[in-house]
Amino acid sequence: MRLPAFRYLAPKTLAEASRMIADAGPDGMLVSGGTDLFPNMKRLQFDPRILVGLRHLSELLGVSGDPHRGMRIGAATPLHQLGLHPAIRARYPALATAAGSVATPQIRRMGTLGGNLCVDTRCNYYNQSYEWRRAIGFCMKRDGDVCLVAPGSPRCVAVSSSDTAPAMMALQATVVLSGPDGERTLPVAALYHDDGMAYLAKRPEEILTAILLPPVDGLRNTYWKLRRRGSFDFPILGVAASLRLDGDGTCTDARIVLGAVASRPVEAIEAEKLLLGQRLTSDLIEEAAMAAYRPAKPLDNTDLTLAYRKRMARVFVARALRELANLP
Amino acid sequence: MGEEKEEYSIIGRPLIKVDAMAKVTGETKFADDLALPRMLHAKLLRSPHPHARILSIDTGPAEALPGVHAVLTGRALPIKFGILPVSQDEEALATEKVRYVGDPVAAVAAVDEETAEAACRLIRVEYEVLPALMSVGEALAREDVRIHDYGPRGNIHKEVALEFGDVEEGFAQADHVREDVFFYEGSTHLPMEQHAALAAHGPDGKLCLWSSTQTPHYVHRALAKVLELPASHIRVIALPNGGGFGGKSDPFSHEIVVCKLSMLTGRPVKICLTREEVFYAHRGRHPVTLWFKTGVTRGGAITAMHFRSYLDGGAYGSYGVASLYYTGALQTVTYRVPRYKFEGVRVFTNKPPCGPKRGHGTPQPRCALEVHLDKLAEALGLDPSEMRRRHLVQPNSVTVNQLRIGTVGLGECLDRVVERSGWKAKHRKLPFGHGIGVAGSAYISGAGLPIYWNALPHSGVQIKIDRGGGVAVFCGSTDIGQGSDSVLAYVAAEELGIEPEDIRVVTADTDLTPVDLGSYSSRVTLMTGNATIQAARKLKAQLFEAAGEKLGVPFDRLRAAHRRIFDRDNPEAGIGFVEAAVLAEAKFGTLGAVGSYTPPKGLGKYKGAGVGPTPTYSYSAAVVELTVDPETGFITVDKVWLAHDIGKAINPLLVIGQIEGSVYMALGEALMEEQAFRKGVHKIPSMLEYKSPTFLETPQMESILVETLDPAGPYGAKEVGQGVLLPVVPAVLNAIYDAVGVRIDEVPASPEKIVKALEAQRRGRASGNGRLPSVTFPEPTVVQPTGA
Repeated sequence: MRLPAFRYLAPKTLAEASRMIADAGPDGMLVSGGTDLFPNMKRLQFDPRILVGLRHLSELLGVSGDPHRGMRIGAATPLHQLGLHPAIRARYPALATAAGSVATPQIRRMGTLGGNLCVDTRCNYYNQSYEWRRAIGFCMKRDGDVCLVAPGSPRCVAVSSSDTAPAMMALQATVVLSGPDGERTLPVAALYHDDGMAYLAKRPEEILTAILLPPVDGLRNTYWKLRRRGSFDFPILGVAASLRLDGDGTCTDARIVLGAVASRPVEAIEAEKLLLGQRLTSDLIEEAAMAAYRPAKPLDNTDLTLAYRKRMARVFVARALRELANLP
Repeated sequence: MGEEKEEYSIIGRPLIKVDAMAKVTGETKFADDLALPRMLHAKLLRSPHPHARILSIDTGPAEALPGVHAVLTGRALPIKFGILPVSQDEEALATEKVRYVGDPVAAVAAVDEETAEAACRLIRVEYEVLPALMSVGEALAREDVRIHDYGPRGNIHKEVALEFGDVEEGFAQADHVREDVFFYEGSTHLPMEQHAALAAHGPDGKLCLWSSTQTPHYVHRALAKVLELPASHIRVIALPNGGGFGGKSDPFSHEIVVCKLSMLTGRPVKICLTREEVFYAHRGRHPVTLWFKTGVTRGGAITAMHFRSYLDGGAYGSYGVASLYYTGALQTVTYRVPRYKFEGVRVFTNKPPCGPKRGHGTPQPRCALEVHLDKLAEALGLDPSEMRRRHLVQPNSVTVNQLRIGTVGLGECLDRVVERSGWKAKHRKLPFGHGIGVAGSAYISGAGLPIYWNALPHSGVQIKIDRGGGVAVFCGSTDIGQGSDSVLAYVAAEELGIEPEDIRVVTADTDLTPVDLGSYSSRVTLMTGNATIQAARKLKAQLFEAAGEKLGVPFDRLRAAHRRIFDRDNPEAGIGFVEAAVLAEAKFGTLGAVGSYTPPKGLGKYKGAGVGPTPTYSYSAAVVELTVDPETGFITVDKVWLAHDIGKAINPLLVIGQIEGSVYMALGEALMEEQAFRKGVHKIPSMLEYKSPTFLETPQMESILVETLDPAGPYGAKEVGQGVLLPVVPAVLNAIYDAVGVRIDEVPASPEKIVKALEAQRRGRASGNGRLPSVTFPEPTVVQPTGA
């Protein structure tokens, strides 16, 4: 398979990049590591005429701050750096684990945090070659107008497949978006829509420049990923969880976020409510896991069956919470 | 040829492969690395429908695209072909019908790949869509929708019914009879290298094809037939294959198409399949439903066995008739089976054609049989390793289906894996979630018959020695990574008393090398090894005669080793190899010799008796220890012990390499690989979504070599390329049962199946046997047993 021809623009500054992507209009796309974009271009899922490269913009690089004051991570930071960063590993293990489990070591060296947060939603009717999609009939996400997974669905149900997005939500991180009209910040949760096509709240001409992690302040956190193999695979379920426990073990803060169960990461609010003000016992965790798995509505468009993936949401939430509560 | 010499200087040593340095430095030229001046690039247009009639093809717009040199349809290549003479059902490009999504319909040669691809998208094909038959059940039910117009009826490609001895009488004598149904999912080879081919039709009217093929001789024959050229005007060169595993053993559409395009354009034409196209070329493991009914005595001796197989063949014949026979052939060569009945059927479906994948037709029944035996052992209260051990076939015996057994190392293989794994302390004794399983198996060391009937040798070798002492070995065999080039060098070096690095090996070129039938059926080491010994010994006799004259030492006291020919009784008295070569050339003229090998004839005379015979069977036993997470169904394979009766390890390093590769491949089939379809289309034709194990899923392995020195093999050697895959898959299933107490009677044993079975167990429901397709088998051919 060949990569279609395109024009590559290499801006020197963020301002220049913003101008270039705005000028390119619908023909333009941003590229950082390119580990997802280029294979997708070969399959004609995207056909940009212009790519604006973000990889070498100094405004998008670097990790600063510390867990006491909070940290700022440049969006073009390679994923492997996050997986290895001592402070992130120690205090934001949800992020280190999520970033360290994306794809393969080689891809994590090229792929960036911003790229993983903005990674295209996936569906095994869509992540296929042009000829394959033509054979089965094009879907609404590209070249067609129906959803092949859920034929009655008015919207695309492609799956949010970012590992770092649920982790960042559980860590209550915010993203910095830079556009022609200046900068704005959004909680990571607000970056996503539950729509497989329009899955990002980021405007096309906006550039995700940085991710801000709040001070860790005793927040225990973890990330559990379900996939067939220990490497390569996108998540078919991701569970990011964070808890604060006070002196006697009472839960004062809880976030449980499921990845790869919908077109955006899904926060299990009912389960969180069950935990607040309580001590984490095995029974309570089981109850919370039951509550968390209810909103999970996987569809038949990734690896393994949907019934199995739904069932695993309960198992993985329970395991994540047990880990945070130091239960065996 | 299997006599043991006092001492070998090359055989049995863990030597480097002759092509190792080129491989690890990236210097090896694979087919896609080749380029010729003025070369064009080809692309195939493939069917988007699983089953459709072609009404019209308009190539006009494609031809008009700048950069396009030729557009080809099936009208220019009307002659059908196929690997087996009985299944000549393939077309290079479909003319009337397409039979699976991916079936080639048209081809373009253009200045570059992008232009060829763009031109393919401009070809307009009008189809009349026909019902797609995507399973054995559907294909059997719709006799009115025939995928092919040959075969006994409906969509049955081939049916078999054979009975050896009276099985009912055997069941009547049994203390215990049980039946089991299994399903073994289809899987694909997944070689690292995608198929590629380059053709050049020269101004002299001669055609040359360079291709990543395991079988240049069969490709040569197919080209002569389809292109209507004299075989003598066609040269096929097989490049080193970046993995084959059976997936490059058929003549393929793309090979014929680039030849025709080169003939039309007068330019070299190259094609390299995409990974997705490799999934369509396929010829992989048949999905098979299997049924076993076996009677045993209280002691575990088998009194009778009745076996049925139902093969989902995909859209074309390929090797399918052989695959079908193989599912029923080798049940009898491990444990003694005095009465045996085999009924089988291969059915056409609208999927990429299945064919030979490592173990060809035998992993599916072997898996089912070894799980079936595990259940029988439990019912009888016997240790499953003991039960197998007690009822082995005897060496130098004949089975009930008239297969001749050579040496049998299965008992020692079982003993060794049982001992090394600590089986006795673990089986049924590990904590919940941890389990251990055992299985045995056998495989052929080369098929007894060629693909097409002929009385010619299966393997030919030519050796020449020049006056500088240079030795060149010429052989048609194809190195697909297994080390066949190295084996030629080791054997010739051993016989001539020189080092493998002194030898130039020239292989897989139909113009330059004598025919070897190809790298399939685990035949190459045994057959080319024997042919090389024969050729080399002719030359050695000439060298010895010349050297003996010079040294004044009688012929039978001479030895060749370490680049010298010397007196066995007085090793100081000797001359160098180069000097001996010069003396021999002076005495005899130009030094050259040929050797060839033909396997012994099989004993059986019944129809189907051609599949199963071999010069000697290899034997293997595996113990698998694993951990099951009962909540998620995920399996971690902790360790695999694999003992293999190799006869004689010509190079133990390469034997272990084949064992480890086979264990890895077996675990993929056992745990995750699935050639899955949805809405008529391959569901996951990519290396990301077709799940096969990574390093991280690959367990610790212990390879144990058992040597039984079979007289049929070179220095006593047997095969190792395929047979070692077989026992691993059932050992996994048996270990799962040992770990969590549920039987998964199918592969892959994916996490969801395990969770489901455990759920059924909790609710007190047995996870029931699968259903058999509805087939009425013909009356069996009854064959009177001649075996002991």
